Amino acid sequence: MSRIGVFICWCGENIARTVDVDEVTRQVAEFPGVRCAVNYKYMCSDPGQTMVRDKIASERLDSVVVASCSPHMHLRTFRSAASLAGLNPYRVEMANIREHCSWVHPNKAQATAKAVQLIRLSVEKARRDHELEPIRVPVTRRALVIGGGVAGIQAALDIANSGYEVVMVEREPSIGGKMAGLSETFPTLDCSQCILTPRMVEVGQHPKIKLYSYSEVEAVSGYVGNFNVTIRQKARYVDIKKCTGCGECWNVCPLKRNPSEFDYAMGMRPAIYVPFPQAVPARPVIDAKVCAKILRNGCGLCLKKCKAEAINFKDQDKLVEEKVGAVVIATGYKLYNIGKVQDRPKLEGYGEYGYGKYKNVIDSLQFERLLSASGPTVGELKRPSDGAQPKSVVFLCCVGSRDNAKGLPYCSKICCMYTAKHAMLYKHKVHDGQAHVFYMDIRAGGKGYEEFVRRAIEQDGAQYYRGRVSKITEENGKLIVRGTDTLAGEPVTIEADMVVLANAMRPADGVEQLAQKFNVGYDEYGFLLESHPKLRPVETASAGVYICGACQAPKDIPESVAQASAAASKVLITFSASELTREPEIAKVNEDTCAACFTCTHACPYHAIEQAEVRTPRGVFIKRTARVNPGLCMGCGTCVAVCPSKSADLEGFTEQQIYSMVESLV
Amino acid sequence: MNLAYYPGCALHGSSNDYEQSLRACLGALDVQLKELDDWICCGATAAHSLNQKLAVALPARNLALAESKGFHEVLAPCPMCSMQLLKARKELAENEALRRSVSEIVELEVRGEAKVLNLIQLFESIGLDKLKAAVKVPLSSLNAACYYGCLLTRPPEVVEFDDFEQPRSMEKILETLGGKTVDWNYRTECCGAGMTMANEQTVLDLSHKILTNAKKHGANCLVVACPMCHVNLDMKQPNIEQHYGVKHAMPIYYLSDVVGLALGFEPEGLGVDRHFVPGVARSADLQVSTPDAGRKAGAVGKA
Repeated sequence: MSRIGVFICWCGENIARTVDVDEVTRQVAEFPGVRCAVNYKYMCSDPGQTMVRDKIASERLDSVVVASCSPHMHLRTFRSAASLAGLNPYRVEMANIREHCSWVHPNKAQATAKAVQLIRLSVEKARRDHELEPIRVPVTRRALVIGGGVAGIQAALDIANSGYEVVMVEREPSIGGKMAGLSETFPTLDCSQCILTPRMVEVGQHPKIKLYSYSEVEAVSGYVGNFNVTIRQKARYVDIKKCTGCGECWNVCPLKRNPSEFDYAMGMRPAIYVPFPQAVPARPVIDAKVCAKILRNGCGLCLKKCKAEAINFKDQDKLVEEKVGAVVIATGYKLYNIGKVQDRPKLEGYGEYGYGKYKNVIDSLQFERLLSASGPTVGELKRPSDGAQPKSVVFLCCVGSRDNAKGLPYCSKICCMYTAKHAMLYKHKVHDGQAHVFYMDIRAGGKGYEEFVRRAIEQDGAQYYRGRVSKITEENGKLIVRGTDTLAGEPVTIEADMVVLANAMRPADGVEQLAQKFNVGYDEYGFLLESHPKLRPVETASAGVYICGACQAPKDIPESVAQASAAASKVLITFSASELTREPEIAKVNEDTCAACFTCTHACPYHAIEQAEVRTPRGVFIKRTARVNPGLCMGCGTCVAVCPSKSADLEGFTEQQIYSMVESLV
Repeated sequence: MNLAYYPGCALHGSSNDYEQSLRACLGALDVQLKELDDWICCGATAAHSLNQKLAVALPARNLALAESKGFHEVLAPCPMCSMQLLKARKELAENEALRRSVSEIVELEVRGEAKVLNLIQLFESIGLDKLKAAVKVPLSSLNAACYYGCLLTRPPEVVEFDDFEQPRSMEKILETLGGKTVDWNYRTECCGAGMTMANEQTVLDLSHKILTNAKKHGANCLVVACPMCHVNLDMKQPNIEQHYGVKHAMPIYYLSDVVGLALGFEPEGLGVDRHFVPGVARSADLQVSTPDAGRKAGAVGKA
């Protein structure tokens, strides 16, 4: 016979007001297997926990049921209390008589009866609990950071500066991400490159950071503490170890008119190029799609000029393996490329803005390059069509954001702020120019943000119109912007020299495939899913995989950096011990009865069930079986539901326990 | 192909030249139109500004007439009519109670399932390949500004037709016929529509902008698929010219006019000779023969 102790909490008045705790105690004490039942005003308080511990000792209890709040709230509390008294913590059950009972029922008699029933269930479960031990897995104290933008850089430096090795993978030839291309940053107007490039150099030179630039994650296996990552190093055609970055090659390259990716086609670059002078690594890459030597064995001038003999036209992609214990995904964003062929038909609208058709209609990242001192115009504001200084510029907020009809329903969050910045910087460069801004609402929540927008309007004279633009057309070299001013209640037509579109932020290309490799969820727009929006904002459904920056949702630099440090701290927590402890409530396969159909293997959302073999100690093959990898299993129970031979079961929540709980009610 | 035909008030009245040309060219393309017996007004703008149920019941009855004769498709060449029919169809599909109540009102079982086609969609369903094969006179000197107006593509959630800001379907048809089209700025702007009765100045202003922009972008004619647009741009063109002191001389063709010309019909057979702004005198004028054929395709003809 079990010796179960039931501890009924009043939760002050939260429970006791609606549930007659004395009556519940009296009835519960009569349940078979219950050794004692007591109630107390605050069971989670120190005297309450002491009562639990004392009773475990004095009554020699083998299981404990606490009837109080949600297990999310205090299961951990009572488990450690039981542990201190020498009871296996997995023999503690909770009955939620607060959220599930007293808070939601007005009638005291009925609530009291329900509380008794809820406790009956937990007692039945407790009768069949057995001792479990936490799972321990070894940890490789080495982190992978995917993406070398400001978020990835911050996370990598935080981890590396704590003494652990970091492997950073960046898809582009240089780290720096979007921020490296920005002019100045709101709300302080710090020069973006001045604050970022020293951090990039730090990454490049850090003894604990191994940088794979121009590389992508190819495949992943393993689990928290023990990931094996295959990285594809794309053919760069330049040996970055031999190369000295002298620049002879890109100076001699005759194919100089290729749209620069870094300048968003606002400027040109040669076929062999460094994306920008401050690149890390400051080593060139050859664009195989345009290089005459690679395409048709022509030219080859760069090879002749290179004294370091670093150029190799026969270079090929290489695959390398890295072992890491934790992963930070920081893949960032792209802008909604309106008016082009889209990945989903709904987003094919916005042709009426003439983006891609009229040269002087550009997006905000292109405008950043025109403003930037390192940009194609060396910071002078010249419009793309003829290089003239634009005297009237229209800025459009919410292009594709907050638009259920043909765009994306979410707010891209940063556009209000950078548009105010754009209007301001424009005025600083073109004193006799006029900035016009069309907006839906100005969302300037943040330290110094609202003041910044007011400055753009009041000091720098930006003309703000609350309303949207219906159409942009070109007549006589002017862009005719037709919109509405909903505050004045009248249509507005502006003849502009240039239009800047604040296109919606979307997650970077390929993030969905990457998320699938790591079993990380993503929403319908491709933003990666955190495991709890408030309390676990950088964790994911995959243990040991963390997210930060704009891959999770649109966000600005300060937020990305804060989140990156948060992700780094989670990695450091993972690395704080040589072994990881995980809750043992995971699936287990009875290998004697398993028919090796592997339905569970396919059903498992975490790829935690392997196909294994049962052999005698001498190695003679007996049978095949499914086997749960305890490092990967998250205890969701899907395998239990699908197993046709009932060989899969969930530790701490067995089918037998559930059946007996149900049986006790009927 | 057999389909029900809902002319609406315009095609039997002020715009019977539109009906003439579309009957001519559809006949040549093996499309048999069966005009709905006892059709009634679609409600236009008048009904929905007075009574929501009336605005559904009027077009619903027309749909029911088509359905009662076993038609699955209705051609409504006027965009106002087709929009009203589609709006009723959508509301009936979403609201079973309304469907029952409207059936009672119009004393006909309204299912609201018949598909409603505008003229462009009809040509699309005939098939551009078939259209191309039937061309006798390629429109090689045509440099048309396709004008969709406000209703053909809007409201998008009701008509669900083409890109509602940047439509291309009419251009595709003209290009199939061997014509060229211009990229211009006023394809989906308002011509002033019914304001032509209440406030002519609005129509003059708006239509003047449309004509000016089309000309500036090199168009030698405008092609429309709406009787109201035609009234404002064609019939009112002399008033516009007088008011602004300019000479637009911009022929305004119905889409069925240019299709008919390409199929070898002469302008008289299509009602083009009854337009206010003269169009081509002979269909052959639409073919490049002289260096200034572009001009010829436009204003040449009886002055």
